[in-house]
Amino acid sequence: MSTQISNDTLIDMHRRMVRIRLFEETAGKMMEDGKIPGALHLYVGEEAVAGGVMVHLSDEDQITSTHRGHGHLIAKGGEFDQMFAELYGRSTGYCKGKGGSMHISNMELGILGANGIVGGGPPIAMGAAFGNKFLKNNKVAVCFFGDGASNEGSFHEAANMAGLYKLPVVFVCENNGFGEYTPQANHQAIVDVADRAAGYGMPGVIVDGMDAVAVYEAAGEAVDRARSGKGPTLLECKTYRFFDHVGVRGMGLTYRSDEEVERWKKRDPILLMEERLLEQKVLSAEQIKAVHDITSEEVLAGIKFAEESPFPDPSSLTEDVYA
Amino acid sequence: MAEAQLKPRTLPYVSAITEGVRAVMLEQPTAFVAGEDVAGAGGVYGYYAGILDEFGPERVYDTPISEEGIVGLGVGSAAAGCRPIIDMMFMDFLGECMDEVANQMAKMRYMFGGRTKLPITMLTMAGAGMSLAAQHSQSLEAWICHLPGLKVVMPTTPYDAKGLIIAAARDDNPVIVVLNKMSLAIKGEVPEESYEIPLGKANIVRPGTNYTIVAMGRMMHEAIKAADELAKLGVDAEIIDPRTLQPFDTDTVVESVRKTHRALIVHEAVRFGGFGGEIVAQIQEEAFDYLDAPIARVGAPFSPVPFSPALEKLYIPNADNIVAAAKKQLGL
Repeated sequence: MSTQISNDTLIDMHRRMVRIRLFEETAGKMMEDGKIPGALHLYVGEEAVAGGVMVHLSDEDQITSTHRGHGHLIAKGGEFDQMFAELYGRSTGYCKGKGGSMHISNMELGILGANGIVGGGPPIAMGAAFGNKFLKNNKVAVCFFGDGASNEGSFHEAANMAGLYKLPVVFVCENNGFGEYTPQANHQAIVDVADRAAGYGMPGVIVDGMDAVAVYEAAGEAVDRARSGKGPTLLECKTYRFFDHVGVRGMGLTYRSDEEVERWKKRDPILLMEERLLEQKVLSAEQIKAVHDITSEEVLAGIKFAEESPFPDPSSLTEDVYA
Repeated sequence: MAEAQLKPRTLPYVSAITEGVRAVMLEQPTAFVAGEDVAGAGGVYGYYAGILDEFGPERVYDTPISEEGIVGLGVGSAAAGCRPIIDMMFMDFLGECMDEVANQMAKMRYMFGGRTKLPITMLTMAGAGMSLAAQHSQSLEAWICHLPGLKVVMPTTPYDAKGLIIAAARDDNPVIVVLNKMSLAIKGEVPEESYEIPLGKANIVRPGTNYTIVAMGRMMHEAIKAADELAKLGVDAEIIDPRTLQPFDTDTVVESVRKTHRALIVHEAVRFGGFGGEIVAQIQEEAFDYLDAPIARVGAPFSPVPFSPALEKLYIPNADNIVAAAKKQLGL
């Protein structure tokens, strides 16, 4: 199967994943340094999901993201300048400093928000897909959500209606094994969230969420199925959060073992991708390093842009409550 | 079209709702109706009668009994470029979808730095009087008026019902239209043409000189009866129907109180913590020096809505309650 993927696509996915990783590592450091206010939920470890799904979408297609949403925005084309500025609470941010990490979005890229409410995204993605079908605009909506959100009633209602109306939507479950700090085994009686698909009359597919190529292949089928009018898919990606629920610290935590973290880190999605790129001679080690170096420079430029940007004017406090 | 040019007929409130929805569907190609039992059944109170036949299944959708899904359908489709009309069969069911209403629909525009708009119209049915008991009879407008990002209207007459629905649907914000089930049969003049009642504009239903009654929703009709009684006592009451609660037309109310020097607020909702308290606060902020008496409030007791007709009749404020409160306030 993997031979069907062009080198350009592999390079594209790798670039998106590296961009997420380096952005997140720096954002986390800035939060710990007290430069970024509030709470950051970092996407490190889960890059293969956003990377593997988003290469199938155009800027016109919509997504709903989660509280762990920076990775989705980056993979869909978000610019570091405006992202860092938003995290810094500056007026030049994507949301003019009104949203912050948990609501970062860019409507021009079809991003209907990160969402501070676990399970906030599925009804909105379903609604966007309903709108797409009504408007016959051939767009697809993709809903990212976690194993934790799969227990929310909102997911059930959205999935039921998506199945009923055969909507052009893909539900991508990023099963990272934890609902906030609670292991999956302690929050649901099933191992595979994909099992729930049967209850909504849609296919449930499970993939290795650390392998961007596996995600790419499964997501391609699901997006095609949605776009061709055949209805939704529940795509479960088994992945892992290298950092804590909030912030950077990933090891020495009370609710999971370091051994478990180390085991997953051996399957770091970016390492796996880079091994593949080298093995298939798609990129050389130097070229891979260049991707990291260029991205690091962009991160630094983004930080500089954010730090030099003004805070929102006091007059903007109650602006944009209404259209 | 100017109001004077319109040709009025007499229609019940329920039919005026239908005409409002129909007018929206005719003038807005991206409008559709979605909700529980709105298509095949025409709505549980019949105000979507004929809408499916006229506009077809591609624009009128029965949904599952799934309130959070319904509101999500509205939010997502509006973000995608539609102008949805969503139906929340009973206002009490807001409890099933309050995250979608309060945390998503109301906040999305602000959270995204103003880079989206959500032209959603939600119709919902409030009020007691049909022995539907505690979960199908509430007036919960105070919940939603407290949420920046939402607009809230409360049409009281057939004329206002049609005009406010059309105005709500033309607005680029989420607007919740709070209808009243005991008003469904009330008749009034309704022009055939499409027209809108401006959002945020109160209506002086009856002019008066020395007393102001601000009456929300169906209580406007009770206030008119009360005013007739009070007239016998020399009280010439001005009755104001706010029509829109959010944004609230403070100016019209304050101007009236500056003239009359006394005010009473009445709503069907529970008095404690009700929207009337906000109106009282606004009056005293803007017209304290004009007041000759403390502002009176009439509302339901601090209790769930009872089932038994014998109790429900006691629960719902009426003209007698308004007269009694006014007499006490005025020392008559």
